[in-house]
Amino acid sequence: MNHLLRSLAPISDSAWKELDDEARERLAPALAARKLVDFSGPHGWDHSATNLGRAVALDSAPCDGVTAAQRRVLPLVEVRAHFELSLSELRDIDRGADDADLGPLDRAAHQIAVSENTAVFHGWQGVMEGIAEASPHEGITLGNQPDAYRRPVAAAVERLLHSGISGPYGLALGGEEYKRVVEGAEHGGYPLLEHLRKILDGPIIWAPGVGGAVVVSLRGGDFVFESGEDLSIGYEGHDAATVRLYLEESFSFHVATPEAAVPLA
Amino acid sequence: MGFDQYHEPPEELPPATRTFARLCASLTEEAEAIGWYEQRIAVETDPEAVAVMRDAQGEEFKHFSMDLEFLLRRSPAWREIAEGVLFQPGDIVEHGEEAEADTLEAGGADGEAGYPAGSLGIGSLKGARR
Repeated sequence: MNHLLRSLAPISDSAWKELDDEARERLAPALAARKLVDFSGPHGWDHSATNLGRAVALDSAPCDGVTAAQRRVLPLVEVRAHFELSLSELRDIDRGADDADLGPLDRAAHQIAVSENTAVFHGWQGVMEGIAEASPHEGITLGNQPDAYRRPVAAAVERLLHSGISGPYGLALGGEEYKRVVEGAEHGGYPLLEHLRKILDGPIIWAPGVGGAVVVSLRGGDFVFESGEDLSIGYEGHDAATVRLYLEESFSFHVATPEAAVPLA
Repeated sequence: MGFDQYHEPPEELPPATRTFARLCASLTEEAEAIGWYEQRIAVETDPEAVAVMRDAQGEEFKHFSMDLEFLLRRSPAWREIAEGVLFQPGDIVEHGEEAEADTLEAGGADGEAGYPAGSLGIGSLKGARR
């Protein structure tokens, strides 16, 4: 048994499988960052920091006659989304029920996906720098009219090319912006989604937690999501009626090439 | 380009399982190459040719070991059984039976294939279209 303490939970093997399957199903569509940045790991729960390959000179030293420097590392963060499930619903899964109420798990899955996307694209103050804030490019105005989206997206691609950043490129769209694009058809009925895909030569990703949109290069090596423990469900406690569980992951995020992305707002 | 390492439709497999399958295929290929060199060396009479092939076989030993270590890192149950069998003096079959019983009958590791116990095994989703 590891630190997730799953075997202490009053949950049968079949119910655990149902919970894991449900979580995977809910998480995969919303984990936008993993669709656009490099993923390293998982390196395990005991992995604590990312090597940045840098050192800072120290003013002092243990004794005269030597100089000293201290390595810089990026510590991993641990993120948890807590939820409670009814034990009677879990018993019904064992009876073969296919409509158990797993709403709290679904909401926790969405929240932890949003937190991951937000940290990667917009950063986490004092903890890690995100793609949009690290970008040296001035933000391009996206506006509210989906028909006008192709110009700013094309401008972002041109800006990346001008900076020597090759494609293909991906577009992360916040929830509202994604809805506008999917609904949008330009004059003549050609779907906006297809037009944008041709400009980018890459995917258009629904990214809950992203404000506006971000165009990123997918060539690799520019953005690294380092996973310690990948998303897992753990056990916290239970009483006669409910079991308390959590979704958890540990990760760091590092921008290696800030100019490989252009924010749009 | 073939995708023979997949036994199930690749599009239905999670990324971690596809990676696991690729490394399993690579492990198989390295083991085959080791066997082929062993046969060639056994029949070759030119000592210089034998030396070259021994060097090449050494590369395959390394590749096989790296593939195996990767797979063991991603499969806790496999690793636990392997720890009971590999580099142990004595009866190999006996160690195998004991390691299997200790790992699987005691509940063992229960992670998604290729990931630590309890992990949902999601990993990278790069390549998704939406």
